[in-house]
Amino acid sequence: MTTWNVRVNGREVSVEAPPMARVLDVLRESLGLTGSKEGCGEGECGSCTVLLDGRPTCACLVPIFQVEGRELCTVEGVAGTELDPLQRVMIEAGGVQCGACTPGIVVSLRALLDRDPRPTRAAVRESIAGNLCRCTGYERILRAVEELVGSEEADA
Amino acid sequence: MRSFRILTPRDVATAVDQLPATRGPATREDARVLAGGQDILTELKHDLIAPEALVDLSSIAGLEGHERTPDGGLRIGAMTRLVDLERDASLAGAFAVLREAAASVASPQIRTQATVGGNLCQRPRCAYYRHSHAPCIKKGGSECFAATGHNKYNAIFGGGPSYIVHPSDLAPALVALNAEAVVVGPRGERRMPLENFFTLPSEGSILRENVLGKNEVLSELIVPKPADGTVSTYLKFRERESYDFALVAVACTLRIDGSKLASASLVLGGVAPIPWRATRAEVLLANAEVGVDLVRRAAQASIEGAAPLSENGYKLPLTRNLVWKALTALGAGGAR
Ligand SMILES: Cc1cc2nc3c(=O)[nH]c(=O)nc-3n(C[C@@H](O)[C@@H](O)[C@H](O)COP(=O)(O)OP(=O)(O)OC[C@H]3O[C@@H](n4cnc5c(N)ncnc54)[C@H](O)[C@@H]3O)c2cc1C
Ligand code: FES
Ligand code: FES
Repeated sequence: MTTWNVRVNGREVSVEAPPMARVLDVLRESLGLTGSKEGCGEGECGSCTVLLDGRPTCACLVPIFQVEGRELCTVEGVAGTELDPLQRVMIEAGGVQCGACTPGIVVSLRALLDRDPRPTRAAVRESIAGNLCRCTGYERILRAVEELVGSEEADA
Repeated sequence: MRSFRILTPRDVATAVDQLPATRGPATREDARVLAGGQDILTELKHDLIAPEALVDLSSIAGLEGHERTPDGGLRIGAMTRLVDLERDASLAGAFAVLREAAASVASPQIRTQATVGGNLCQRPRCAYYRHSHAPCIKKGGSECFAATGHNKYNAIFGGGPSYIVHPSDLAPALVALNAEAVVVGPRGERRMPLENFFTLPSEGSILRENVLGKNEVLSELIVPKPADGTVSTYLKFRERESYDFALVAVACTLRIDGSKLASASLVLGGVAPIPWRATRAEVLLANAEVGVDLVRRAAQASIEGAAPLSENGYKLPLTRNLVWKALTALGAGGAR
């Protein structure tokens, strides 16, 4: 066991774990942040997506030792005390059904919107290309983002 | 998964020292290099390898990042993340092929972590190789199950005794750009054209896809300055639009001078155990008059000599049409 220092959702955290512990397990089991889900455990479904220094990454494919001194943001960090506007439109537009993919999708979309506040539909689609959703067919997720950024733009 | 040690060297020489000293291809148990982990962690999980240690390259200064060389070429450190190539808008013209190839790899999440070195050194994706219980020839068994079994995703060129295709998207792009690979081992540095870095199963050891010894590290790629006016593109055809490995990909660079093709480079992905240079098409294109007929003949030449397996004959028309599309997009068919 080693102690790792990581900034998680804006807070400095020290956590004990073996160096190869997956960031996903440290978040869920040691830190109680169960928003990030495990789907495949192999980088294919994106339900474990978190931001590493602001960039989306699969928490199931990153060992804790590689994030020492770095910054993580999970879905719990996207919402403050209230829901993020992105989360609100996701709910209103029907972009959430069973919800298994939702934390990952919200994190991926948040990263895109922070970098590009008025993305094209193509950019939105690309930003969630690594997030598998078995329920919504994606269309309502795309519409939710369009509602948020007020874009009527046709598919680019 | 068997337990192993994690080593975090601060320089390449130390990393090399920590890798196994004996010669010959790596065995399942030898210490391995860890870069972004997007491939090797899944190999570990499925017990395809069981190394006694992982030598992590992420603490080594100077391996991450890419920049223009003073003469107008490009230097790319092995630990450069794919997202950084994808986001670099200055990779245009002759270098567009590299940016487009990087952007086509996997998903945004994977590209955050994935490195250039790891992309070039990643292991095959053939389902038999990836299956924990299939003793395929790439894992020291005696048979390539794809030769007579399911081979929809396997090689149409350069196959035998294994029929894997090389999964890397960066490899065809960097070979088309005539990149050089810099490899560091116990006796120092050696350099070679990236094209000679990759080995066919019939040439090198069947257990690996390149010339790297088990105590060598790929440290950087050097792309020479392309001739002024060179244009390029990377076209990748995949089953799913969201993300997927290539069924067939084409990396193409060319330069048009007046009504002639001054130079052309055409390298295919997804069709062979190595990035596959379409030599016959390149010969046809060199110094030829641009025009639709030239493009048609070059596209046809790109599949000459192919030897499809029972389930992958579709790769022939796919390759031909993708080459046609790339050449046309870059103007080899004449003004449109
Ligand atoms: C869901 C998914 C989809 C994918 N899709 C694609 C795709 O479309 N196209 C594609 O090209 N790839 C794809 N990949 C493969 C992806 O793993 C690679 O693209 C990635 O670049 C690997 O880089 P890495 O740094 O994570 O490598 P690692 O996993 O760290 O290493 C990969 C291998 O290379 C060796 N290695 C790494 N760096 C060096 C070095 N500098 N010197 C010597 N040996 C080294 C390691 O020992 C290991 O065997 C996909 C992966 C996933 C999980
Ligand atoms: S659980 Fe990480 S990508 Fe599926
Ligand atoms: S809402 Fe069920 S998987 Fe996306």
